[in-house]
Amino acid sequence: MYPIAAREELAPNIFLFRIEAPQVARKAQPGQFIMLRVDEMGERIPLTIADFDRERGTVDIVFAAVGRTTRKLAELQKGDSIANFVGPLGLPAEIGRFGTVVCVAVGYGMATMVPIARALKEAGNRVIGIAWARQGEYLFGLDRLRAACSELIVSAGNGADHSSFVIQPLRQVLQGGQPIHRVVVIGPACVMRYVSLTTKPYSIKTVVSLNPIMVDGTGMCGACRVAVGGVTKFACVDGPAFDGHLVEWDLLLARRCTYTGNEDQLSTFWQCEHCAQW
Amino acid sequence: MAKLNLNRVDMPIQDPKARGRNFSEVTLGYNPELSLEEALRCIQCPKPLCTQGCPVGIDIRDFIKPLREGNMEEAVRVLKSKNNLPAICGRVCPQESQCEAKCVVGKRGAPVAIGRLERFVADWEINSAYKAHVELPKPTGKRVAVIGSGPAGLTCGADLAWRGHQVTIYEALHVAGGVLVYGIPEFRLPKRIVQAEIDNIAALGVEIVLDTVVGRSVTIDELLADGYHAVFLGTGAGLPMFLNVPGENLNGIYSANEFLTRANLMKAYDFPRYDTPLKMGKRVAVVGGGNVAMDAARVALRLGAEQVYIVYRRSEVELPARHEEVEHAKEEGIIFHVLTNPVGFVGGGRGLVTGMECIRMKLGEPDASGRRRPIPMPGSEFLLPVDTVVVALGTTPNPIIAATTPGLQTTPHGTLVADEETGKTTKDRVWAGGDIVTGAATVISAMGAGKRAAASMDAFLKGGA
Repeated sequence: MYPIAAREELAPNIFLFRIEAPQVARKAQPGQFIMLRVDEMGERIPLTIADFDRERGTVDIVFAAVGRTTRKLAELQKGDSIANFVGPLGLPAEIGRFGTVVCVAVGYGMATMVPIARALKEAGNRVIGIAWARQGEYLFGLDRLRAACSELIVSAGNGADHSSFVIQPLRQVLQGGQPIHRVVVIGPACVMRYVSLTTKPYSIKTVVSLNPIMVDGTGMCGACRVAVGGVTKFACVDGPAFDGHLVEWDLLLARRCTYTGNEDQLSTFWQCEHCAQW
Repeated sequence: MAKLNLNRVDMPIQDPKARGRNFSEVTLGYNPELSLEEALRCIQCPKPLCTQGCPVGIDIRDFIKPLREGNMEEAVRVLKSKNNLPAICGRVCPQESQCEAKCVVGKRGAPVAIGRLERFVADWEINSAYKAHVELPKPTGKRVAVIGSGPAGLTCGADLAWRGHQVTIYEALHVAGGVLVYGIPEFRLPKRIVQAEIDNIAALGVEIVLDTVVGRSVTIDELLADGYHAVFLGTGAGLPMFLNVPGENLNGIYSANEFLTRANLMKAYDFPRYDTPLKMGKRVAVVGGGNVAMDAARVALRLGAEQVYIVYRRSEVELPARHEEVEHAKEEGIIFHVLTNPVGFVGGGRGLVTGMECIRMKLGEPDASGRRRPIPMPGSEFLLPVDTVVVALGTTPNPIIAATTPGLQTTPHGTLVADEETGKTTKDRVWAGGDIVTGAATVISAMGAGKRAAASMDAFLKGGA
């Protein structure tokens, strides 16, 4: 059993849980994920590692309580325990000295981007953060994200196009005259798709962090297969980070919706017109 | 002496119509009278050949003898002195090509039903208060890490514990048992039986650590530096193979691993009591002809599919599945499309698969495997309407350990290079066995490899090296 050392509602229905899992904390790297099972009847779900403390042996996860398991998880309180917590899984984020890196953080990405942005900055990059939410109340953890970046642009609200207010600041940065060497984006699949479409004309390497359906998280089931550059990859062992310009987004979005019929209606927080078509 | 009955005693079995809708065990096992009747068919050869056919070398004659005499405790003791998982082996071993193939009685009639007797004796122990007491030797003070709690790891771990070593088994999933719990369905191998066998192994002092992906949570080199004197790798062949044809990533197309893991390990058949869903259609095609394909087809039927097809590119003669599994599948109404190969998939709304494009095959000359090579027949293409597909083409080893362990050599197939007899790998103090060395094979061959490796590791550990 893995005790919950801290629990915080960061924004409406978005939670941070600090889990006591020394074995995971000891090896965790930015960009990796864990698999958890809430209880004996539970399913296994992947969640990105939002942060870790090797000395205290804790790992932070951040999630929106929108599905069967995440809602069940959100009901737990500090001091409760979850049945299983496995990791770190997947490949660590690529950290190098690239130059100037734009980190786009949306939804749970506002938390999970923190260790990646921090590592990129420590590696000598200038890190421009962009945080966006549909409504201001869904912006959270900005102080930590700001501390991890060299500068942070915060934006909220929607234009006619659902994602325009995340795309606008990104475009401004891209057109601002300074060379941008890499874009990293974490958020809902539709946002990562939009960002990848936006950066493509600039030929700037854009790294996305995919979060497809998984069962085991170790390469065994193939549920998380994604097509990248025409080749089938398993997000759990080959990812979760991939080149956003090569990802086949329609396939990814379709596969993510395999079970929406079995689950309750997903919260509108995650919906965009690309998801709505399904 | 009574005349030898040339026919084996039938084992009671659930009615095919009823069992096609439930997950209870298909075969019901002998009762004491039936087991005695079958045991009396054994002629107690002075030099039994059956044992030669057993990958773990069970003294078959010698456990049948006390069984005939009604001494169940002695039967259990003899059986378990060589096999740590008899209730499992009695159910899933391909006895017809191993011990029973060597049985002398089989030269005149049906061989003694060794597997059924093994199961009877093992189940008797599980259901009785008696527990085979194993006198453990004085602890050697040597520590061994076993990676993977499937048949190879459990057998190796138990054998090393018998020899006085301190064993820790690491498992990536949240339950021990490997393929015994995620792969083989409840109706063929009840999880209660698997758990009972694992509990017996834990009772030997073997520690089982769950939720640990070795290679990620901890590496082999860290374990070796952390006080383990030796390591056994029994991580199996967990990576599913796909067809690599167009449309294969459509929704509704599963690897057999995913399909069976959802159903067996995660208990999707009991959704929504359990949280894991399994989206099932009405017309299901299972691609492949092995035991895993039969399992997947029969699970699909039990989950409510109206039509379930096995699609296999060779003919029925070449089906790699056990004959008994094929017969059970047919009795339950599974439809066999043999000499048929998928070439692509088509989909509809929401990216869901709606059909499988197939081509008819004919058999040519034997290939390297000795089986006749299937050849596509041009112009024979047709569309099979389906809404669920399970790809059961086999598996390859998971690369996580090989990729994170310097000094471990792999073959071009991704399996580990290891000595065939001892399981010794190319890395100091590391052994391996089971599917990670051979590629996908059987439970009992993995157990045999675990057993041989344990003997080699014991010699190394006691050599004081």
